[in-house]
Formats: sequence, C-alpha cells, structure tokens
Amino acid sequence: MTKSALAAEIAEPDYLHAPTKFKGLFGWIFSTDHKRIAILYLATMMLFFLVAVILGVLMRVELFSSGRTIVDPQTYNQMFTLHGVIMIFLFIIPGMPAVFGNFMLPLMIGAKDVFFPRLNLFSWWLFLAGALTVVVSLFLPGGPSDTGWTFYVPYSIRTTTNVIPALAGAFILGFSSILTGLNFITTIHRMRAPGMSWFKMPLFIWAIYSTAWVQILATPVIGITLLLVTIERLFGIGIFDPAMGGDPVLYQHLFWMYSHPAVYIMILPALGVVSEIIPVFARRTIFGYKFIAYSSIAIASVGSLVWAHHMFTVGMSNTGMFVFSLLTFLVAIPSAIKVFNWIATLYKGSILIDVPLLFVLSMIVQFCIGGFTGLMLGALAVNIHVTDTYFVVAHFHYVMFGGAGFALFAAMHYWFPKMFGRMIRRKPAMIGWLLMTVGFNMFYFTMFILGYLGMPRRYYDSLPEFLPLHRIASVGSWILAAGIFLVVANLFISIRRGAKAPMNPWGGKTLEWTVPSPPPVENFHEIPSVITGPYDYSEYEKPEAGE
Amino acid sequence: MQHQNKTNDAGYGEYTLVWLGLLGLTGLTVALAGIDLGRWVIATALVIAGIKSMFVLNIFMHLKSEDRLFRIFTAVAVVTLAIFFILTFFDYAFA
Repeated sequence: MTKSALAAEIAEPDYLHAPTKFKGLFGWIFSTDHKRIAILYLATMMLFFLVAVILGVLMRVELFSSGRTIVDPQTYNQMFTLHGVIMIFLFIIPGMPAVFGNFMLPLMIGAKDVFFPRLNLFSWWLFLAGALTVVVSLFLPGGPSDTGWTFYVPYSIRTTTNVIPALAGAFILGFSSILTGLNFITTIHRMRAPGMSWFKMPLFIWAIYSTAWVQILATPVIGITLLLVTIERLFGIGIFDPAMGGDPVLYQHLFWMYSHPAVYIMILPALGVVSEIIPVFARRTIFGYKFIAYSSIAIASVGSLVWAHHMFTVGMSNTGMFVFSLLTFLVAIPSAIKVFNWIATLYKGSILIDVPLLFVLSMIVQFCIGGFTGLMLGALAVNIHVTDTYFVVAHFHYVMFGGAGFALFAAMHYWFPKMFGRMIRRKPAMIGWLLMTVGFNMFYFTMFILGYLGMPRRYYDSLPEFLPLHRIASVGSWILAAGIFLVVANLFISIRRGAKAPMNPWGGKTLEWTVPSPPPVENFHEIPSVITGPYDYSEYEKPEAGE
Repeated sequence: MQHQNKTNDAGYGEYTLVWLGLLGLTGLTVALAGIDLGRWVIATALVIAGIKSMFVLNIFMHLKSEDRLFRIFTAVAVVTLAIFFILTFFDYAFA
C-alpha cells in the first residue's frame, strides 16, 4: 500500500460508510459524491434493465408457437416499444457513462470529484424524472405507446396511445445525458492530476471524453425533434405528417441524426472498458495507445455522420444513399484499429483468465460479428433486401448487447472490488458468463438466419416455415436470461458475502487501483502526480533472445 | 475552480442596436417567406438564421470576449451543425 493510500484510509472512512448530511436513503439521493451518484444510476438502471429483459423473454414466449400464445398483437406492439425505450434510453445510453464514467472518471484522472458535483446529482434527478415520466405513460388512459422506440411519424402523430408522455420522458432523459457529458468534458479538461497529459490518460477516459462530445452535440437534435412531434400532435401543425403538408423523411433524418450517434454513446465507453481490461489481464503494455485514443475520436466524429444508412429504403436520393453508404464503411476503419490493437496486446501476453477477461473476449467476437453485419447493412444492395427484417434486429443486438452489454458486465466484474470493497464470487460468475455467451449467440445468430430468409421484425406471429428457427431463438433467449439473472444475483450476493477486496486485486496500473477499496469520500488524500503512462507492464515484458 | 468572466465591453446602446437588428432580420425572414425563391429559399433562411445566431452568441452570450478554448468549443458545435445540414442536403438537393 502506498503512503498516500494508507494515509487516506486512516484519515477517513470509505464512501459507503462515511457519515452523510442525511441518514438512510436521503444520504444517497441527496449526495453529491460522484461514487454514490454512480451507484444510484447503477441501482435504477439495473432495475429497468431487468424489467426490459422480462419483456424480451415474454416476447420470445409469444413467438414460440404459431398464432396467439400469451398476448394479442397490440400488446405485443406495446411490449417491444417498452422493451426498446427502456433498454435504449434507461439502460444502455446512460449505463456506461453514468455508472462507470461517474465512478471511475475522477479516480482515474486523480481528482476528488467531477467538476460540477451538484449538476451531477441534478443529472441523476433528471434521469429519474424522465424514467418516471415514461413509467407513468404506461398507466394513463390510452395505454403505453405502441410506436416502437423510434417514434416514427406519421404513426406516432396519429396513434391514440400515450405518445406524448413517452416523448416527454425521452426529452428529459436527453437533458440528463447532455449535462453528464458537459460535466465530464469539463472535468477532463480541468481536473487531471499534475503530470497527466492527454496521452497519459487511461483509454477509458479517452472513450468517455469522445462519448461526452457526442452526448452534447447530438442529443439536442433529438430533443427538438421530439418537441416538434409533440407540437404537431397537440396543435395539428404540419411538420412531419404528409397529410398536413409535413415531411416524414425529415423526421427520420432528425431522429437518426441523434439515434445513430447514440449507438456510439453506448459502444464507445464499452470499447474503452475493453482497452482497460485487456492490458491488465494480458500483463502487457497496450499496443498502439495513440491509435486507440485517436480511433475513439474518429469513431465519435465519423459515426455521427452516417445516420441515413437507417433510411435507404424510404426514398432518399441516390446521391444521398451513396454518400451515407461510403461514410458507413469509413467507420469500420477506426473500429478495426481498436480490435487489431487489442489482439496485438494479447499476443505473447501473460494472460490471466478471469471473469472480466472472459466477458471481454465474448464481447470482442460478438462486436466483430455485429460490426461486419453492419458493413453488410451499409451496402445498399444487401440493405434493401434485409431492411426491417430480423437481420437488422440481430445486428443491432450483437453490437448493443453482445458488444456494449457484455462490456458493461465486464466492467462490472472488473471494477466491482473497487466499488464495493468485495470480490465477486468467481464460480457463479463464470457459469453466468457461459450461459450468457451460449444463450446470446443461440438467440441472435438464429435471428440473422431468420432475417436473411425474410422474417420481418415487429410481428407477433410468423409463417410455419420460420417456427423451428423461432423456437431455437426462444430457447436461446431463455438461456441468456438465466445467465443474466445468475450474474446479477451473484453481484448482489457478493456485495455482502464476497471476500474482502484488496486495493489492487487485478494488478492494474491506473490510478483507481492506488486508493483503498472502496475509496474514501474524497478519493485521494493527496492529489497524485503522474509520471508514467497508464499501462506500464514493462516488468512482465522481458525481451526474448534475438529480439 | 472558478472561471473569471472577462469584462464585456457591450453597453446598453449596443445591446439595443443588436436587438433591433435581430428584429429586422426576423422581419426579413418573414418577408422572404412570401417570395418564391425556388431552390434558394432554404439557403436564404439559413444564412439569415446564421447571422442572427452569430449576433446572439457574440454579443448576448459574450463569446467575443471569452477565452480561445470556449470559442473553439462553440466552433466545434457550429461546424457539426453545418455538416449535419450539408449531409442532409445530399438527400434533399438530389431528390
């Protein structure tokens, strides 16, 4: 233990047990400590995640047999809308930045908190307010929105379900996201420890920084778009509805202008997590640090310009389709740079197999499958064949859950000892990982085949020839759900029953591993000075003869 | 860490003039909306809106007296918005 860490431990109790202004729950929901706010996000987000998982499982039960199984078509529409809205807006977008960004950012750059702690708490309150608005929309007269998470016009203007409360919820959640991004950018610019130049920052921080820019620049577009839909519904002004002189394609442009970059809000921090975990578990200095850092910026920049590849079949101009198809292919370059560098880091490493690395390895394979099928979808001819089929759904889930979701679980297992001061019980975690990986691929790879054969998305029933594949997918979904529940239950149990975690259980080199587990309220007794880069494993890297 | 605002030289007279200018440009937008400018209608409206935004950013939001870093950050947002418009018009201009 360093002198600084020892002094900090003696000086004050950890953030979980430190006295707070208010007692009990109020000590959490009114805390401006970035670590407590991260746990608040984690708790609310996991709750919503499990609800959305249950909705997903129920949808798969419906599709297990022909005809009506457990729900009618309208209920099915509402279920996939709710599943999408919760997973996108309440789980995966805020997930990585709000939970691990909040907890780890100040620790990894040697700061005592984020730059605007009160704004940080306000962001969580906005998140909660937005989430509750969405929840309230379920129980108001009219019923839950049935538009899908994309709220496409003109249907979202004409349906009698509760579209406006759902839009209002998403609008408020957008503000939460913008404020979090603003806070993180300011923190990274202003609060890095002495000696931590830009190229001595951990790669997760580069990823969070790139993500924060996307949050700030792209989120206002969806805000104003949802507001315009609300105005159109309330006042009958023809903005998007062609029956009133509006332009529905304009809606899709505006919607995807945010919602495609939102994919990068979800995946960029996930890629950052992978860049953190691989060098630690390979005991090797990360290969191509600067290329990985720049690739985060490149993915954020180019990825923000490819939105219309979601619209190749809506009647865009040929020039528009060509431009957006080309830009889509360009995003693959920085993504591939990351993957190649991760593999090069693993090569000849002293690899330590443990749960975080297992999740990361699954993530890399699944992210590659998601990425390659993304290139297939970026190609105009293939796109037109498989638009609005299960192929798109499978691609999306391979990137979002196979990529971002698995990375989130990797991060959870990697940083859990730091966050809660306990080790996760290894055996159930490994079984959970195995179930999740097998179930996920059985579920979604089957959907690729179904989609390629022509199974449309968002149907509550299917033709008889698709039924066997649907059944395989459904069984896969149940194995996946079992794995998820096992992993989540294990996390909860480990908070109380896990072995006490040392300060640096994995042998990490970044600053969060230099403070006690869990960290004290103000993180560092003395702000550290940074001399070396974040992945210095030179002691493990003895040159071989002849090298 | 507190950021010290630099002195803003704009007085009430300048604010009033800019405000009147903004009103004038709004009037111009409304007037031009009644004229058929063909394919230039959107470009004209965007140019006027851009000029108005520059006034608001520089005078009312004091950007002209801010640090270079703030001006760069704002420029990033403006350039991003411009790229969004340009790419969107790869669809509309060639439809």
